Amino acid sequence: MEAPEEKSAASLKVVDAVTAVIIFIFGVVVIWDSWRLGSKWGSDGPEAGYFPFYIGLILCISSAVNFYGALKNKTGESFVSTSSLRMIMAVMIPTVVYVGLIGGVGPVPALGIYVASAIFIALFMKWLGKYAWQITIGVSVGVPVVFFLLFEIWFKVPLPKGPLEAVLGLN
Amino acid sequence: MEEITSLMNGFVVVLTPYNLGLMMVGIILGVLIGVLPGLGGANGVAILLPLTFSMNPTSAIIMLSCLYWGALFGGAITSILFNIPGEPWSVATTFDGYPMAQQGRAGEALTAAFTSSFIGALVAVLMITFTAPLVARFALKFGPPEYFAVYLLTFCSFVGMSKGSPFKTVTAMMLGFALAAVGLDTVTGQLRMTFGFTELLKGFDFLIAVIGLFGIGEILLTIEEGLAFKGAEGKIKMRVVLDTWKQLPKYWKTSIRSSLIGCWMGITPGGATPASFMGYGVAKSMSPHGANFGKGEVEGVIAPETAAHAAGTAALLPMLTLGIPGSPTAAVLLGGLLIWGLQPGPLLFQEQKDFVWGLIASMYLGNIAGLIVVLTTVPFFAAILRIPFSIVAPVILVICAIGAFTVHGSMFDVWLMVIFGVVGYIFKKLDYPLAPLVLALVLGDRAEDAFRQSMLMSQGTISIFFANGLVASITTLALIMLFWAPLRAGMAKLRGR
Repeated sequence: MEAPEEKSAASLKVVDAVTAVIIFIFGVVVIWDSWRLGSKWGSDGPEAGYFPFYIGLILCISSAVNFYGALKNKTGESFVSTSSLRMIMAVMIPTVVYVGLIGGVGPVPALGIYVASAIFIALFMKWLGKYAWQITIGVSVGVPVVFFLLFEIWFKVPLPKGPLEAVLGLN
Repeated sequence: MEEITSLMNGFVVVLTPYNLGLMMVGIILGVLIGVLPGLGGANGVAILLPLTFSMNPTSAIIMLSCLYWGALFGGAITSILFNIPGEPWSVATTFDGYPMAQQGRAGEALTAAFTSSFIGALVAVLMITFTAPLVARFALKFGPPEYFAVYLLTFCSFVGMSKGSPFKTVTAMMLGFALAAVGLDTVTGQLRMTFGFTELLKGFDFLIAVIGLFGIGEILLTIEEGLAFKGAEGKIKMRVVLDTWKQLPKYWKTSIRSSLIGCWMGITPGGATPASFMGYGVAKSMSPHGANFGKGEVEGVIAPETAAHAAGTAALLPMLTLGIPGSPTAAVLLGGLLIWGLQPGPLLFQEQKDFVWGLIASMYLGNIAGLIVVLTTVPFFAAILRIPFSIVAPVILVICAIGAFTVHGSMFDVWLMVIFGVVGYIFKKLDYPLAPLVLALVLGDRAEDAFRQSMLMSQGTISIFFANGLVASITTLALIMLFWAPLRAGMAKLRGR
């Protein structure tokens, strides 16, 4: 629950309307693709786009109603306050970097899931939790080690590994 | 009494040390999942599902269904002690549970919650034991039109029962169907909506969607609320348990009402969350202590907990007999059946007797074990909640990432999970319901197959859905559910005149 004097980063009305528009476009894409595949009755029965065509159609109609509903909203409610948005970003950005580090994307090197998890947990604890180094290192190294034992040894489910595991001969 | 014999055989299946061990693991993990924000029944089962691929299906379902019971129990702990519902179905439990904890009656509230959860589940399991074989036998007569009509009923019930805008429910549902259509069309062999991306060939896996929507989305919501766990002491003394048990029979009427509401809402896909609110609402209006509700009335804990647990359990009835899940968690379990190589539906009761009755027997044992586990381990789980969020959150995110990766061993899925997480967060805040989306994603292909086959049978005329008494009545019921809100408004107007 946020106090009313908090600054709003986006109003509920705008986010609601924009979401409806995006879903509407998605519906158009579904209709367009179904039409391309054939949305009618073929020689041997319904074509591939027969069912999705109607799904797309209903999607467009219902999102149009949602768009209208969003515009009618006059309450001026906030979707997210600037301080909340900052918190969300403080979680989302490290998460995206984390997923990037697991498999490597563009300039980001692939470290494997265990090393990436250790860095991610450490960063989170140090930056958002302001823990002492001893606890931070203990948790951030301990958790991936437990997962390693659980997945690679016990369940024999291989997860992505990187250069560190290669050096240690754990691949 | 064929059912009793089958059930006894089921107990024989369950009562092996290995299966009992898995049952305990399932329950303890389940309570843990129920207590932690961001991990719940649906995504907890989804994350663990890949680990059971190599297990025997009966053992796997015993563990995963016990996880589900555990999560149902666990939700009550956070609601009562911390005023934070660990699961959406325990929101109604906070109304009276937390005030009781503040008055120093936490032990009483917890005992009442756990015991009534147990009773709700027991009623639902009894119902499943005796009606599931009948429903399955009846459903053997179903052809594609009947199946499509039942799917229609399932989805229309969502629209009719939705609390918010019905159009948002429809939108969420259609998004699920559209995502389910992506990939290779098994009938014509054509590629649908892949737009040249090879990653999209196999379509969207609902497990990824569940982990993202419910896991990541929930974490983002929790962070926004800036959680600080400050809770009441969660110790239960044996004397308090016994004293509370002595009181409970007084509320038998509430228990029965809530059990019935729960069973009904579980079979029709209302799910545990609306059932708990309905149970609470009905008890409030019918109880002599109704005015005290919200101030720490035991009855206000009993009513929603009984209904939620009954609904959660009853949701497995349509899943087992028709292959149509009544809740997102049941949907994930259904996905498990397919992965283990079992065909859900009425034939399951004839071809996989050990599996079905083993599962039903494990529901009895699992709930008894669950009750004992939660009554004895509450302080331990309450302590876990005191671990600061800045440690819990990254660990849960790591678990979600691992869970998403293990489904197909693909990094693309992990990225998808992140995207679904953001969508889940936005949808939750805009009141788009997530359950219909997940159910449509799970059932999309099967609903479409049923529709296509029906259309082939009738050469493309829609009248096949009214061709005989059975299919016509299901379709009509579906349409009534679809237009339930305007119908009810219309009737109220007529009566007002």
